[in-house]
Amino acid sequence: MKYMDEFRDRRLVTTLVRQIHGEAGRPVRIMEVCGTHTMAIFRHGIRAMLPEEIELVSGPGCPVCVTPSGVIDGFLELARRPEIIITTFGDMLRVPGSETGPENSLAGARAEGADVRIVYSPMDALTLARQEPDREVVFLAVGFETTTPTIAATILAAHKLQVENFSVFPAVKTMGPPLKALMRDPEVRVDGLLCPGHVSIIAGADSFRFLAREHGLACAVAGFEPTDILLAITALLRQIDSGTPTVDNCYGRAVTMEGNRKARQITEKVFTPVDSEWRGMGLIPESGLGLRDQYKQFDITNRLNLTIPPSREPGGCRCGDILRSICSPPDCPLFGRACTPASPIGPCMVSSEGTCAAWHKYNNPEALT
Amino acid sequence: MCLAIPMRVVEIQGGKDPLLDPERAIVDADGLRKEVRLDLVDRQPQVGDYLIIHAGFAINCLDAENAEINLALMRELADEMAREDGETP
Repeated sequence: MKYMDEFRDRRLVTTLVRQIHGEAGRPVRIMEVCGTHTMAIFRHGIRAMLPEEIELVSGPGCPVCVTPSGVIDGFLELARRPEIIITTFGDMLRVPGSETGPENSLAGARAEGADVRIVYSPMDALTLARQEPDREVVFLAVGFETTTPTIAATILAAHKLQVENFSVFPAVKTMGPPLKALMRDPEVRVDGLLCPGHVSIIAGADSFRFLAREHGLACAVAGFEPTDILLAITALLRQIDSGTPTVDNCYGRAVTMEGNRKARQITEKVFTPVDSEWRGMGLIPESGLGLRDQYKQFDITNRLNLTIPPSREPGGCRCGDILRSICSPPDCPLFGRACTPASPIGPCMVSSEGTCAAWHKYNNPEALT
Repeated sequence: MCLAIPMRVVEIQGGKDPLLDPERAIVDADGLRKEVRLDLVDRQPQVGDYLIIHAGFAINCLDAENAEINLALMRELADEMAREDGETP
């Protein structure tokens, strides 16, 4: 596909890899915070191309992985109500709630008769609500800056069209506050950040500048093709080497420093910052988004007065530590044994973009021998 | 989940009524066609432009000039390395 294939060109990839090998010096740790980056890095074999001084670690950038188990329990409680049709992105389907086992997931609820449907766009959920006026259609609003404007635009459309049987379960989050929390975490050691490309389309490359300025972190916005990621790594190495942390935009064909202001205005019209719980990281102030008062009627938790049960993590699961980059999947006692993609326990194994799923698929020592 | 792909605009539709007939684009990538909403793009796209598509919405117009400059710089670097190796690029 145009604007993808050219950025996978083998000659350009080889050139950038040679450049990185020439520039690598002291050991550095680079975090990618976006699950789509994690998958791209594994799929294109980027770890294997890099010198051993460069370590790539994953951060809390997969929305499915960071949704706390109590919220999943809330989704399941709704799914079991006969009047409700749950609509969701496909990634959420197999994530277990507080109780492990495939039956305690939306897929399990569906097998037991719940009406759970996968949609490609939140707008598809609104269309369904208009087609089924006698049912309550709930969209599970999970995602980051990239996805939130699509949900906000759908809520605005529902409001204008006065669709009363459409609502969302708000569980959207923003990237800035958890990154700030990570940088303050004494256990987390990161020299450079591969900033999420599609979050940056909306938020703007400048939204990461506080990390360079206040936390001395080298930042580079990267696209998702091999040359995009390698180019961003060279930019990070130069910043780290010269001791001048800043934000380099290495995905200029899609991202501007300012971002998409129109999309942000639509988000801000509908949503307002709220404190939000992150799996493995706890409650982070103003890291989530709730519906503003004038759109509260589209919040199913408000409409039904639902309380979110406290989250409980499965015993032995180290997803929380993995999301904070302080351990790797093989360090978890469940990885590849009790917890596999076919029978996942933790969310990092369930989501196709989760760090454990990526390691299991591409980097499993047992699978390689 | 933040997967988004560039797709080429082949047709602009709607726009007569923002509510009942909102502006949409028919986009194409390798023969796969989709209808996407244009509520979120901050610049009106034209037929032939590339849009970045996520969850049924165009979230941005792709900057083709920037893409070409980026590729040209990388190709220049590759040529330079080849020259250093004593090869003809």
